[in-house]
Amino acid sequence: MGTKGKVSGIVANMVVVKTDGAVAQNEICWVDADGGIRLMAEVIKVIGDEAYIQVFDSTRGLKKGASVEFAGHMLEATFAPGILSRSYDGLQNDLEKMSGIFIERGTTTEPVDFAAEWEFTPLAAPGEKVVAGSWLGQVPEINIVHKIMVPFVFEGTYTVKSVAPAGKYKITDTVAVVTGADGVDRNVTMVQKWPVKRAVKAYTEKPRPSKVMETGVRAIDTFNPITEGGTGFIPGPFGAGKTVLQHAISKQAEADVIMVVACGERANEVVEIFAEFPHLVDPQTGHKLMERTIIICNTSNMPVAAREASVYTGMAIGEYYRAMGLRVLILADSTSRWAQALREMSNRLEELPGQDAFPMDLSAIISNFYSRAGLVYLPNGKTGSVTFLGTVSPAGGNLKEPVTESTKKAARCFYALSQARADSKRYPAIDPLDSYSKYLEYPEVVEYLDKTIEPGWVDKVMKGKTLVQRGKEASEQINILGDDGVPVEYHERYWKSELVDGVILQQDAFDPIDAYCRFDRQKYMYNMVLGVCERKFAFDGFEDCSSFFKELINLFKQMNYSTYQSAEYYDYGRQIEEKVSEKEVKA
Amino acid sequence: MTTTAFQKVYTKIDNITKATVTLRATGVGNDELATVGGKLAQVVKIAGDEITLQVFSGTEGIATNDEVVFHGEPPVLRVSDALAGRFFDAYGQPIEGGEQPEGEARQIGGPTVNPFRRLQPSELIATGIAGIDLNNTLVTGQKIPFFADPDQPYNQVMANVALRAKADKIILGGMGLTNDDYLYFKNVFENAGALDRIVSFVNTTENPPVERLLVPDMALTAAEYFAVDKGEKVLVLLTDMTLYADALAIVSNRMDQIPSKDSMPGSLYSDLAKIYEKAVQLPNGGSITIIAVTTLSGGDITHAIPDNTGYITEGQLFLRNDTDTGKVIVDPFRSLSRLKQLVIGKKTREDHPQVMNAAVRLFADAANAKTKLENGFDLSDYDERTLGFAKDYSEHLLAIDVNVAIDEMLDTAWRLFGKYFSPAETAVKKELIEKYWVGTPTAV
Repeated sequence: MGTKGKVSGIVANMVVVKTDGAVAQNEICWVDADGGIRLMAEVIKVIGDEAYIQVFDSTRGLKKGASVEFAGHMLEATFAPGILSRSYDGLQNDLEKMSGIFIERGTTTEPVDFAAEWEFTPLAAPGEKVVAGSWLGQVPEINIVHKIMVPFVFEGTYTVKSVAPAGKYKITDTVAVVTGADGVDRNVTMVQKWPVKRAVKAYTEKPRPSKVMETGVRAIDTFNPITEGGTGFIPGPFGAGKTVLQHAISKQAEADVIMVVACGERANEVVEIFAEFPHLVDPQTGHKLMERTIIICNTSNMPVAAREASVYTGMAIGEYYRAMGLRVLILADSTSRWAQALREMSNRLEELPGQDAFPMDLSAIISNFYSRAGLVYLPNGKTGSVTFLGTVSPAGGNLKEPVTESTKKAARCFYALSQARADSKRYPAIDPLDSYSKYLEYPEVVEYLDKTIEPGWVDKVMKGKTLVQRGKEASEQINILGDDGVPVEYHERYWKSELVDGVILQQDAFDPIDAYCRFDRQKYMYNMVLGVCERKFAFDGFEDCSSFFKELINLFKQMNYSTYQSAEYYDYGRQIEEKVSEKEVKA
Repeated sequence: MTTTAFQKVYTKIDNITKATVTLRATGVGNDELATVGGKLAQVVKIAGDEITLQVFSGTEGIATNDEVVFHGEPPVLRVSDALAGRFFDAYGQPIEGGEQPEGEARQIGGPTVNPFRRLQPSELIATGIAGIDLNNTLVTGQKIPFFADPDQPYNQVMANVALRAKADKIILGGMGLTNDDYLYFKNVFENAGALDRIVSFVNTTENPPVERLLVPDMALTAAEYFAVDKGEKVLVLLTDMTLYADALAIVSNRMDQIPSKDSMPGSLYSDLAKIYEKAVQLPNGGSITIIAVTTLSGGDITHAIPDNTGYITEGQLFLRNDTDTGKVIVDPFRSLSRLKQLVIGKKTREDHPQVMNAAVRLFADAANAKTKLENGFDLSDYDERTLGFAKDYSEHLLAIDVNVAIDEMLDTAWRLFGKYFSPAETAVKKELIEKYWVGTPTAV
């Protein structure tokens, strides 16, 4: 019999409960509101026999004396075949299964289908030694092979006693029996539960990531690549194109499973995914995008407490799929809203506030969360990865605020979106000088790029960055001294950086061809642009220089808009070459 | 507000602060309404038998032995078609007398639309203003504020937009409106013969500021009735959301909450989102579009109110005075409509996206040229041409007094391109240049 309690106090969604027994921190409980509605809540503080709980829903009309039932476990996610392509709220309720236009208070729906049958194939044999996360069998789930694993909550080593023969099973059917060191048999089904705030540790090792993950966005892949199992974040003021960039990545990234966690953001942005992904084709596999996507959606008007849970639910599901040896990409938009949810609760708990009224341990919470991403070696030696990319919405666009600063300590890639670039419609507005990817410093990444793109690639990337830096300096000089006040070389330097910017860094996310640029095409274009920048030109004054480069950039842009390796594409390439040799100083 | 037989009357108030009273009572629900000495109040805190009530109009004159009556329910609005054409106060009571319209009582601030049931907005709202239609096209189901300094004619622009947009219902939520502005809206709506499709909830500067907190929820409950139940296209106007946020700050302060940036409550983002996210495109064809006003102080968009708003809304329309033409324009750099991609070039002419971008880029070049000029440098021929273009562009397209159809806006833009630039300088796709270029044909 679980602990019970009665409501004794209410302030907004924080409720005080007088309990009659033991309660645990972060334990889940259910509050009986009028009309048979049960509201889910989580313990966030205990003082004596009073538990302070945050209700994941509106507490309107709740009265003193309402009964509360404690569940005896923390907030859990349900793992089973059938998660792929679903849309959940922050507590893993299936949104599609809810009837009616509105989400009525206290509505819960099953995250997976308990009646469905799956085509099971055994992978383990009796006598095999297994641990949590070991693969016992598999079922096909849409386009991926879904492994049935020893539940993550199993501690220690087990011996497989039996595995069900191939055939159709429901997720609650026993598909294996394993024997523990204590000699006790335990049944394994295809469904398991896991407390979302705890990291899944079903792996043997977490090596440094080394493979670059292609996103099709030049400013990321070429200039500041992210790795499989890497972490990155995108801070930017509103209107700088965070969401467009994240959507582009979610459509194009080279991953097996994409988790989109819409955390406290606009509902219409999720609707865009609902509307488009079932029709769009995954450029990597030719399957429908929705088939590899899972959406966790707690939009800004949905309950704040559940917003905090949503990022953890997303991460836990990501870790589950990683344990199957898959490449998972989690995109969270925006982690600032999550931090704000933490702030609201901290405020209600009357904790002493840190900077900007955020809780003191914000930085620790964020780095703890980011550390759950990564590349792992599974018990069977295979690899799986969770790549995490979060957006941050800094108040007033000021990157010196607590969420941005805390995230900067945790994430390895930093894609700073700049207001100035957005204002001049230079999209994606990733600032080429402020942004960085720590992975470019990893010898294993350098080696990987040498092998897969071309030897010396990272040096070339650095050359491009230097060009942009020098162009910026030249442009400052020009602005101070005037067009005539500087030598023409300054203009040339400036325009070469404009060429890199206009052709490589800028990309039209709404053009069907330019939006998605594969690595081979990026390499081709980047080499071509660097080639032009390395040549020497003779100009009759700065106007000659600027008009030459403007025309050149225009031709390059037309090339970006053309199908790769088409006649048209090469034709623009030829025009560029002609134009360049006209002005070139021949040695 | 009649009392029924079952309602208990309390006559002993323990604590009185500027905005709240506390008393001992039982069987009270959170968020429930009550009347304290004839004034409306709402339950904000329950601690055992101690109930704290927030008195909307302030606690002046309330005595410890005043009658407290609990209504047994949160604030409601009686919804029916009879709301149309009427003006109400923040509590949903008719302002100019007359009968309270009959109808089903609905709790305001109701539940969220399931994101999965929403449709993607896809219907263009034409306003005739090129700064909006051309550069920042609006779509039904969108939420977008005007960012404007208090001296700009935002209420006039909003009234124009409302009347030109083909909405079935217009719902005005006025918060801290001056009496003059209230009368202005009333006149404009009456003169347009549009009163029968307008519902207004108004809190003027004469009313207590905390009452304003009810206005958006009242307006949106009415909007949901017309959009969800009746399948109508509803346009909600909220002015001024800055004053709404100020009222939130007052309440939060009186509740002893720790303020975050700019003395605003830490929950400002969620509080504003709850309102703006009511904007929706429904599967039955109904929609709620929200156009709001957020007044700025000296154009500062980093203040917590516009900043949080910008993160919630689908863009913003930034009004400013253009010094070259002396007109109020919709600033093309700082304005944005996030949903325009859903309609431009699809519901409008194919050249719309590229023309829009090219014009804004050239206008940005003009801004650079202007900086050069101010710093005393010589202008290049290109700089001179961009300046000429910028002036024409402000005058004929960006100014808020422009009222033309979208195709005409595009034609005007092409005409200006042809007048000042070569096709390559516009960097527009070749196919479009071939089809739409006006003026001397130059090699592309």
